[in-house]
Amino acid sequence: MNAVSTKIESHPEGSASWYEASARDRIALLLDVGSFKEFIGPEMREVSPHLPIFNLPEAFDDGIVIGKGALNGSPVFVAAQEGRFMGGAFGEVHGAKLTGLLRAARDLKDTPVLILFDTGGVRLQEANAGELAIAEIMRAVVEARTSGAKVLGLIGGRAGCYGGGGLIAGCCSGLIVSEQGRIAVSGPEVIETNRGVEEFDSRDRALVWRTMGGKHRKLIGGAEIFVDDTARGFREAATKLLEIARPLGLETLLAEQDRLEQRLREFGDASDAIDIWAAMKIPAAASVPAMAADEFVSLADNFGRNFHDAR
Amino acid sequence: MEKLTFHHKMLQRAPGAKSLAINGVVASGNLEVLTERVLHESECTVEINTAADGFGEVWAAVVQDFVDRYNPGGLRFSINDGGARPDIVMLRLAQAVRLMEDTQ
Repeated sequence: MNAVSTKIESHPEGSASWYEASARDRIALLLDVGSFKEFIGPEMREVSPHLPIFNLPEAFDDGIVIGKGALNGSPVFVAAQEGRFMGGAFGEVHGAKLTGLLRAARDLKDTPVLILFDTGGVRLQEANAGELAIAEIMRAVVEARTSGAKVLGLIGGRAGCYGGGGLIAGCCSGLIVSEQGRIAVSGPEVIETNRGVEEFDSRDRALVWRTMGGKHRKLIGGAEIFVDDTARGFREAATKLLEIARPLGLETLLAEQDRLEQRLREFGDASDAIDIWAAMKIPAAASVPAMAADEFVSLADNFGRNFHDAR
Repeated sequence: MEKLTFHHKMLQRAPGAKSLAINGVVASGNLEVLTERVLHESECTVEINTAADGFGEVWAAVVQDFVDRYNPGGLRFSINDGGARPDIVMLRLAQAVRLMEDTQ
């Protein structure tokens, strides 16, 4: 493993939008300045073996950037998905890069992994290889965590975190989400296609955001920290979450099971996120979606269910 | 998919000390450019892998215009193209030359 620079300096453009940034820009903005060293970079041309069969262009990094860097002087592994390439979807090579990074964390035991999700799920053109990749990554996340490495998910990209990405996120030690970040397994169009528009109108953007968006995930304990859409917000949250995220063990899983059962008992009959917020006794629940980020953070501190001892 | 390769003779070495840069993204109407300082400074190569077939003449003209303007001697450009328009192609190539100008 190469030594990394330990210059502790956050990026001068920390107020930049996380949502608008590319995968490479997010890494540069998140880590200590100049500390990032990429593994299997684009010059190695490890491209998808499947896309040419479908007459589709490859990307030199297969849509994911992985490597090692420093956060506040401490080494971290980092992976960032490029949501604009094939919707950030997992293919064979894309997945193998993340699996390898997580296995390195498993072997080193104490180096955390930051996964910058921006994905619609599995790349349909590599369906079986992509599904296998998701399974391998989930196993690798659990192995890394049981060996002592914390694995955090950072979610605030244009593709959200859907499909297998949502499953992997659920395996992480903790999640950071912005309002723009959406976390779910089946996406809005998938639900509508399978269950009809009465079940879920994918064109109702307000419905999509209040069901899958960062605010709701934070309020029901689906994400630990809610941040405004800035690189600095994600950097500060990652620093904080690395301190408070708990190790994985049987106790943690039992506590999480209890928490989820209780959540289902309390809110299982609710048909809309607003009903859940009202049941949580949040004042003016219907106004939550329009609330500014800082105002929401203080609300969530009072009502959010993140201080469970689970995950 | 169509693969195109253009070689040009250069009079000047592209300035800067960077050996590698990548910019852009493979998406509809966009492209990524991987730039490597691996050639003799009298050479320049542009390799294109494009989703839009049948635009070889347009690519030839854009690349000719680009090398005339920027004289990127010593650089090999590898492009994955998602059907970008010529102005976007020129913009990304110009950005690539600029990135290679950095000292490190």
